[in-house]
Amino acid sequence: MDKFGFTLSKARVIDLDSNDRSIAEYILRNEPSFSLCIECGCCASTCTAGTYTPFSLRELQILLKRGENEKVRTNIGKCMLCGKCSLVCPRGVNTRNIIELAKKAFKNQETHAI
Amino acid sequence: MMTNNVIVIGGGTAGMEVAGQLARQGCRVTLVEKNPETGGNVNNWHHLFPDRRAGKEVIQYLRSQIDHTAITLITGNTISGLRHDNGSFLINTSGGDTIAADAVVVATGFDLFRSERKEEYGYHIYDNVITSADLEEMFREGEVRLTNGNIPQTIGIVHCVGSRDEKAGNLYCSKLCCITAVKQAIEITEYIKDARVYCFYMDMRMGGAMYEEIYREAQEKYGVNFIRGKVSEVSETIDHKLLLKAEDTLAGRPVKLKVDMIVLMAGMEMSEGGIEVSEMAGLNRGANRFFAPADNHFGSNLSNRKGIFYAGSCTAPMNITETISHARAAAAEVIDYLKEKI
Repeated sequence: MDKFGFTLSKARVIDLDSNDRSIAEYILRNEPSFSLCIECGCCASTCTAGTYTPFSLRELQILLKRGENEKVRTNIGKCMLCGKCSLVCPRGVNTRNIIELAKKAFKNQETHAI
Repeated sequence: MMTNNVIVIGGGTAGMEVAGQLARQGCRVTLVEKNPETGGNVNNWHHLFPDRRAGKEVIQYLRSQIDHTAITLITGNTISGLRHDNGSFLINTSGGDTIAADAVVVATGFDLFRSERKEEYGYHIYDNVITSADLEEMFREGEVRLTNGNIPQTIGIVHCVGSRDEKAGNLYCSKLCCITAVKQAIEITEYIKDARVYCFYMDMRMGGAMYEEIYREAQEKYGVNFIRGKVSEVSETIDHKLLLKAEDTLAGRPVKLKVDMIVLMAGMEMSEGGIEVSEMAGLNRGANRFFAPADNHFGSNLSNRKGIFYAGSCTAPMNITETISHARAAAAEVIDYLKEKI
């Protein structure tokens, strides 16, 4: 039997008023170069993980900055910490440290320590 | 009125324009150029944006500017010494001349970024990776060909080579490469029927007069493809083609493209000659290594030393229009200074 009435679907809009930016703020406090990304995609281009899985460090960084953390939480483990991204970054972003800090922040959030 | 002597260091666009302006205002000018010929970087450009005027036409205009009895042109010479002595400057040339001057205009321009420094792009490593300047040379010769003589069908253009790049030591935007890329992309499609051209850019900086219109024309009329992503590396394939890697940041996925030829949009750097002059004369330079003007708004022609002035792209990347305006403003500053001095 069909159900009638309304279904609620989450709006696609990035709601900057209510999104949780605490992870991004934590990373920024501990790694100021997090602010320098210009979205050129060089990191994602050179990334081995990104060639085979939907992993883009550029995308994860912007998602964190917008407080869209869920996709980052589920994907950040794909990084193999090879460091090629930091070799090509034209802005000198310390990509490895950002990954480490993001992982730490997610873990802290799970244990309410942030 | 006493005749004033002014020495102009650098015989490119800025130096020639300022020399001509000063001569017509009654100064005696010595113009020193390190190369055997005047004209500077414009000599390497076949056609110019925005209207694709021939580079030669600009050179002709500039040479007519310095065709004046009050201008002494010394080519094939650099400056080997510059000192201030009793209210005037004494300048030594590499040819052994000593020239006295009441004022000095530094117009040492820019050097093109040496693209082999971005080793990952393969310049001087792979055949058929060329720079924007190399492509102009091909345009001048009348045909765009690969090293094996074939005509390239697919061409990749890499923006921001040596610009906006901490790894290259240059944080600044060279400002002219985006429009050069668009101009050259259009020209390639004119030289090669049905050529497929792909521009890999970080941001399209179309801030100059007519730039955005040309960009639009490149899309609409010439079918140039624009992909938003910085190229991370170039490699050679087994069939001697070139493989470009980037992230298509707007599609959110890595992108690769096999091309016959790659054109690197080399940025602008402070010239080596300019650095020598700055050290010789104690002139301040900015973090970008270009000369630092005394004031960004009101003194862009003034240096930290009285009587020494700047003209053109030795202070920042500039196009020809801006360089000529800046050179004319430098001439006005020199004339004011000389009037006050008397």
